[in-house]
Amino acid sequence: MAGRVAGKVAFITGAARGQGRSHAIRLAQEGADIIAIDLCESVPGVPYPGATSADLAQTVKEVEALDRRIIATQADVRDYDAVKRAVDEGVAQLGRLDIVSANAGISGPMLPAEDLDAVAWQTMIDINLTGVFNTAKAAIGPIKAGGRGGSIVLTSSEAGLKPYANVAHYVSAKHGVVGLMRNLAVELAPFSIRVNSLHPTQVDTPMIMNAATYKLFLPDVENPTREDFAPASQAMNALPIPWVEAVDISNALLFLSSDEARYITGVTLPVDAGCFLL
Amino acid sequence: MAGRVAGKVALITGAARGQGRSHAIRLAEEGADIIAVDIAESIPSVTRFYPGATEEDLEMTVKAVEALDRRIVARKADVRDYAALKAAVDEGVAELGRLDIVSANAGIFIHSDKTQDVTESDWDDVLDINLKGVWLTTKAAVPIMIEQGTGGSIILTSSTAGLKGFANVAPYTASKHAVLGLARTLSNELAEHSIRVNTIHPTGVATQMVLNEATFRLFLPDVEHPTQGQAAEVFQSTNALPVPWVEPVDISNALLFLASDEARYITGTELKVDAGFTTK
Repeated sequence: MAGRVAGKVAFITGAARGQGRSHAIRLAQEGADIIAIDLCESVPGVPYPGATSADLAQTVKEVEALDRRIIATQADVRDYDAVKRAVDEGVAQLGRLDIVSANAGISGPMLPAEDLDAVAWQTMIDINLTGVFNTAKAAIGPIKAGGRGGSIVLTSSEAGLKPYANVAHYVSAKHGVVGLMRNLAVELAPFSIRVNSLHPTQVDTPMIMNAATYKLFLPDVENPTREDFAPASQAMNALPIPWVEAVDISNALLFLSSDEARYITGVTLPVDAGCFLL
Repeated sequence: MAGRVAGKVALITGAARGQGRSHAIRLAEEGADIIAVDIAESIPSVTRFYPGATEEDLEMTVKAVEALDRRIVARKADVRDYAALKAAVDEGVAELGRLDIVSANAGIFIHSDKTQDVTESDWDDVLDINLKGVWLTTKAAVPIMIEQGTGGSIILTSSTAGLKGFANVAPYTASKHAVLGLARTLSNELAEHSIRVNTIHPTGVATQMVLNEATFRLFLPDVEHPTQGQAAEVFQSTNALPVPWVEPVDISNALLFLASDEARYITGTELKVDAGFTTK
């Protein structure tokens, strides 16, 4: 039986590890070819190490093991020209573009709003909002050129729907992604290009599973661990789980990217274990 | 490859035709067995808008599911009649062995009166079927699912009218907004049992409830006998995507996603399948 996105090409940012790698693998499992980019570097001021080119190479290996094609390049989503080049080269080699996963993003540093310096604020907006805009902007032309519609999915967060103390920049950027999503949904609907946003709760990836995140949730604990973090994280969710897996976000992305969701646009889809309910 | 809801049992109300039949077929295609409930008769306050489902309709749903080699227990029951509804659910579970998914889909669409002109009986019929009937469906199913101890997925069919206020559609709009409130409360209560509760919000769907002259006249009040072609233009202008209405299978695909383990951590959410209607 043909895969649920068989014959399609997906552009995924932040694809070296975490959710991005999971998206590449899940879409490839269902028949898509992949255009992948990642910064493959640490970002100054971000309190956990960035992905590496070895990470991106691993994503390539896993997609090719599924007998699908993948064009992967190192590129910074803040650099529009680099993003555009990656998309255009990918489309030249793979023949088309149908799906976009604007997934690249950072978290941190965690500070009260008045203590966030200009660099920390700007870096967050540049990657988590402007980078998402650059991704969509680079992809719209090739998708329109196909004349068969498409699906753009922007990764927001629970923090794109409600506030979290000590990450004002992250919350602002992720809320901004929702506004961008709605605008794009309205602009691109006449071309049958659907645009939606995903809103994960904590996901078990390096961006979340690190000391800075643990400290944010357990400010009074000296050196909090993953085990310490689990009950604090679970208390934020309605379902009795501490966090979701990257594949849970990928399954939601797959659904929105497939023709099963051909009339779903302008939607904020939480994958949040009921965290928004509480 | 195993179906996406293989080995599960789904309760679907309003299963005789339209979205309900489509849900039964789509879930059966992906490996589920079905408990199907429908009033399977005309409702007096509704017949001036569109004809009711029939027992023949329900029988056709049964045939379609059995043709997919899946089991189905179908019962004629009014969702307002708790005793009959409970009996249907219990008989279905006794025969099929379990209950994992609930699609509270049964509903009626009455419209075209200013709110102050709505009759009490119209109001009561809409609220009793579209809201109380949905609650009674969960009342019949939830204790079974909690006892079974394997989690589950409950999907309540709301509407774009559950998110926006439609003039001259007060009872339906109120009922569909209320379903959202019910779903939020239920999802909070049932989360500890890993039973997920979500709502689906369709725009106009191509079924008898929507594709009838009374509905066309709601959108074209100055035309004596509006046609589907004329209505399609107006419907399409209200959606963002260039379509007048969606197909029942589009709602079924969203239901399938929410019912499956792919959505194992999705609860308390509103999933619009609305061609961008509410975003526009």
